Parts: sequence; structure tokens; C-alpha cells
Amino acid sequence: MTERQGVSGFFLDRVLPIGVVVLVILMLWYGFAVLLNSKFELDQAARAGTEISTRDLVAKTMAQERPVLPAPHQVATELWDTTVNKKITSKRSLVYHGWVTLSSTLLGFLMGTLLGIGLAVAIVHSRVLDKSLMPWIITSQTVPILAIAPMIIVVLNAIGISGLLPKAMISTYLSFFPVAVGMVKGLRSPDTMHMDLMRTYNATQAQVFFKLRWPSAVPFLFTSMKIAVAISLVGAIVGELPTGAVAGLGARLLTGSYYGQTIQIWTALIGAAVLAAILVWAVDIVSRIVMRNMGMAR
Amino acid sequence: MNAVIEAKGLNLTFETNDGPVHALSNIDLTIDDGEFVSLIGPSGCGKTTLLRVIADLEQPTGGTILVNGVTPEEARLSRAYGYVFQAAALYPWRTISGNISLPLEVMGVARSERKARIERNLELVNLSGFEKKFPWQLSGGMQQRASIARALSFDPDMLLMDEPFGALDEIVRDHLNEQLLKLWAQTKKTVVFVTHSIPEAVFLSTKIVVMSPRPGRIHEIIDCDFGVDRPLEIRETPKFLEIAHRVREGLRLGHSYDDREPAES
Repeated sequence: MTERQGVSGFFLDRVLPIGVVVLVILMLWYGFAVLLNSKFELDQAARAGTEISTRDLVAKTMAQERPVLPAPHQVATELWDTTVNKKITSKRSLVYHGWVTLSSTLLGFLMGTLLGIGLAVAIVHSRVLDKSLMPWIITSQTVPILAIAPMIIVVLNAIGISGLLPKAMISTYLSFFPVAVGMVKGLRSPDTMHMDLMRTYNATQAQVFFKLRWPSAVPFLFTSMKIAVAISLVGAIVGELPTGAVAGLGARLLTGSYYGQTIQIWTALIGAAVLAAILVWAVDIVSRIVMRNMGMAR
Repeated sequence: MNAVIEAKGLNLTFETNDGPVHALSNIDLTIDDGEFVSLIGPSGCGKTTLLRVIADLEQPTGGTILVNGVTPEEARLSRAYGYVFQAAALYPWRTISGNISLPLEVMGVARSERKARIERNLELVNLSGFEKKFPWQLSGGMQQRASIARALSFDPDMLLMDEPFGALDEIVRDHLNEQLLKLWAQTKKTVVFVTHSIPEAVFLSTKIVVMSPRPGRIHEIIDCDFGVDRPLEIRETPKFLEIAHRVREGLRLGHSYDDREPAES
């Protein structure tokens, strides 16, 4: 498809397709909200012995305090209320909770990326490590994170480490994996000719690494980092669940489900989704800048 | 004349799942200093393998070979040759000057000296002004010229070229052949050149090594001396056609035109 130029082109190529999808999702969402919440209203009416008109029914399903599925505008209102109308230091501010989650996400992502790169470098340069480490790396990811997260938190608490680090370590546990796997592939991606060329120059292993393997692996690194940053967020949220739900998006999800605050749950969900989108987008921007400077963007 | 490459009874057998493949069988070859030697033959005749043995990229399984009077490994360690591959094999994240700088960086040449050499070698291959371009911004022929400049940048005694123009169209190839001859005349380097184009081999070489497949061996060595100054027009002269005919005859007698599936070399 050829890109159309100008404002109308932008509208036709970008706004229209995305807008249509958003509209369909909203319509489906409203449809299900009415469908799922109507049982409660019908029960109420039956208990009171009154008839309820369809019009009233639809209106009421969209304004419940604890709906099975909150309507989009209820979530939007709550979102506005907990971000703009609250001070960011307030315990009820979504920005505050988002920041708590974001900080452990970023720390975990950083540690996970470094660990993944380190493992990949070791694996690529040693046959023994390739054979011995790789199965464990894969096995580590078959353990359900929900099962292992509380143990990490408890064990670390027992040795006096609490707060940000245990949560970040759960993010690390999840995020090192795509980076390790991606970087192993990336560091092995130089083709035979490029490798032979280094051999004809009698290059050292360090020179081969820094002048050939590393630059070849950069596109793989960024692809892996996009996955890693998203699951780091998942890890941080999961890490917040067993800590007693003090703060963070995970805490909002947990307290929401304790008290049947479905609107709060959905708001936290949307908040997490937006945060994930921003994080992936940020990695993408950095990747574009780096790739352009490496002459790989065409 | 000094012999820079001396192979005696060279053998190389690859062990594959389908049994042994005799890539090189009993190769005797002497290449003198300053010669331009072409290895010609069909796919599977071992011409690329022979070049890779000279470059210490493959290990022979029998016989002896000396490069500059020492083993290929010692020659490689002393950076005796520049290797030009079938594809330009430029590093895509480096600019043209960055690519030519690569061997110099590996060999620890000082920055100021690198700059001078990049300039000189780009001029040699007519690529001045393209220093800042990335490989993908250049045509295939220009990329291959850059890769030749890269091979020449550390001033090796020898240039090993593995079908460097094989992927280019004939017009570009003719042009690059002329440039390569000029370069050879200017630098007086020994060139070993793998090709499967008869006109290319005859036009460029002082010596044509006709090889034949299964097992890969030397069928015939044809001298071919047109002197240093050879314009493209010599390709219509009777002498040129006669040598080309002899090469073709040699290939035929070496069963190169037999109706069998050629194995990939």
C-alpha cells in the first residue's frame, strides 16, 4: 500500500483504521456490560416486585457501583479521578501506584537485560556453558511465576531484603529469558564470510566480539528488550501481590478484588496496559535512534 | 622469480554423511611473485577450496603447501594476503571508510595513518567521495570495489579473490576487470583469482589453471601473456580467442561439460 500524503492521508492511513477498531471494541464492551450486569438489576426488580423497562435496565447496568463488567465511561471517569484529581503523593492516586510499579519494573528490566546479555556472551563463547546452561535457562521459565514469586519475596525478606529489590528480582527472573535467547541468536548471527574475514585479519576473540558479534546482535537485542520490558511489568505486578498489597498496580488489583471494586480493578488494568505500551514504545524509540546511527535504518 | 605459493601433492577430503568428498586431489601448483593466476573450472572442481587452503580457511588432509615459504597458518598470522569474497561482505553498520578501516583497526594501525590509507585506497578503486556512505547506498559493483579497497588497505603482498565479480552483470564486470588490471599493474601484487568465466580468466591472467571435478584436480595450466597493458579490445584478437579455445578444450577434456549434476563446491 502506498502512503498517502498530507492531513487527509494521515487521517485515512492512521486515524481511520485505528478509530474503527477502537469503536468496535467500545461497542462490544458496552454490549457485554449491559448483558452481564442486567441479571443483578433483573433480580433486584423481581425482589421488589416491580417491572423494569428495557430503557431503565440499560441505564442502570451502566451505573452500578460494583458491576460484573464496568462500562467504559465508568472506567474512564475513575481513571480521570485517580490520575488528575488526586495528588500524586496520595495513596489513592493511580500515578503514585503506577510509579511504584514502574520503578521496580525498570530496575528488574535493567538487571534482566544485563543478566541476559551476560549469559548469552558466556554461552556463545563456551560449548560447555552452551550445553550446561541452556537447559536450565529454559527450565527456569517453565516454573509458574505465581508459584515462585511469594517464595522469592519470603526468602529475601528472611535475609533482610525487602522493598523494591525483591519485586525487581521477579521482573529480572522473567525478563532475562528473552534477552538471553535473543542475544545468543544475535551473537551467532554474523555470516560465515564476515567471520572468515576476521580470521584472515588474525583478529583476537575480543576484536571479533566488539567489531562483529556485538554490532550484529544489536537488532536482536532491541527486539528481545521489547518483550523483556513488557514482561518485566508483569513480573513487578505479580511481585506486588504477595507483599500484602501495600502499593503498586498489583496492590490496586488485589484490594479491588478483596472488596469487589471491579471499577478499580479495570482502572488498574488499563493503567498497566498504558504503562506497558509506553515502555515498549520507549524501547522502540531508542532502538530507532541507535539503528539510524548504525546506518541500518533505510 | 620467487615462488610465493608452492603446493605439492595437496589433498583435501571432506567427510560428509554421503561418504568422503575429494575436494582436492594431488594438486601441484607453483605461483610466482607478481603473477596473476586464475583458477577456472565448473562448480565442485575445488577452485574455491584451493583458495581457502592457501588462505588457511581450510586444512588440507594431505600433501604440503607453502605460502611465502611458510605454512598457510603462519602466512595468515603475518597477514600476508587480502581476501575478497564472492559477495562484498561489507559490515552494514560501518560506513565505507569504516569498512576499509576495519582491518587496520584490528591490526592496530594508528588513527592518522588509517585516515591516509583509507583515502589512498578509495582513490585506487575510484570511490573517493563515498567515505561517509553506508554499503546499502552503493551499487553492487561499487560495494565490491570497496571490498577490494578493504583487502588492499593493509598492503598485503597477495590478493586472493573468490569469484569477486560473479554476482555482477557483464557490463559492470568488464569495467571492473579493466580496473583490476590497472590496480594489479600499479601495485604489482600477486593475485590468485577464482572464476568460472573463460573470457574473464583469459583477459586478466598471466597463468590459467584449468581444474576439473570429481575429484577436484588440476587438468592443465595454460600460460597467457598479453603484457601488462591490455585494453578490452584484445578480446577480439585471434590470440585471445585461441587461448580461450584452449581453456574451453581443457575444460571439456576434464569432463567439465559431462552431463552430470555438478556438486556444489
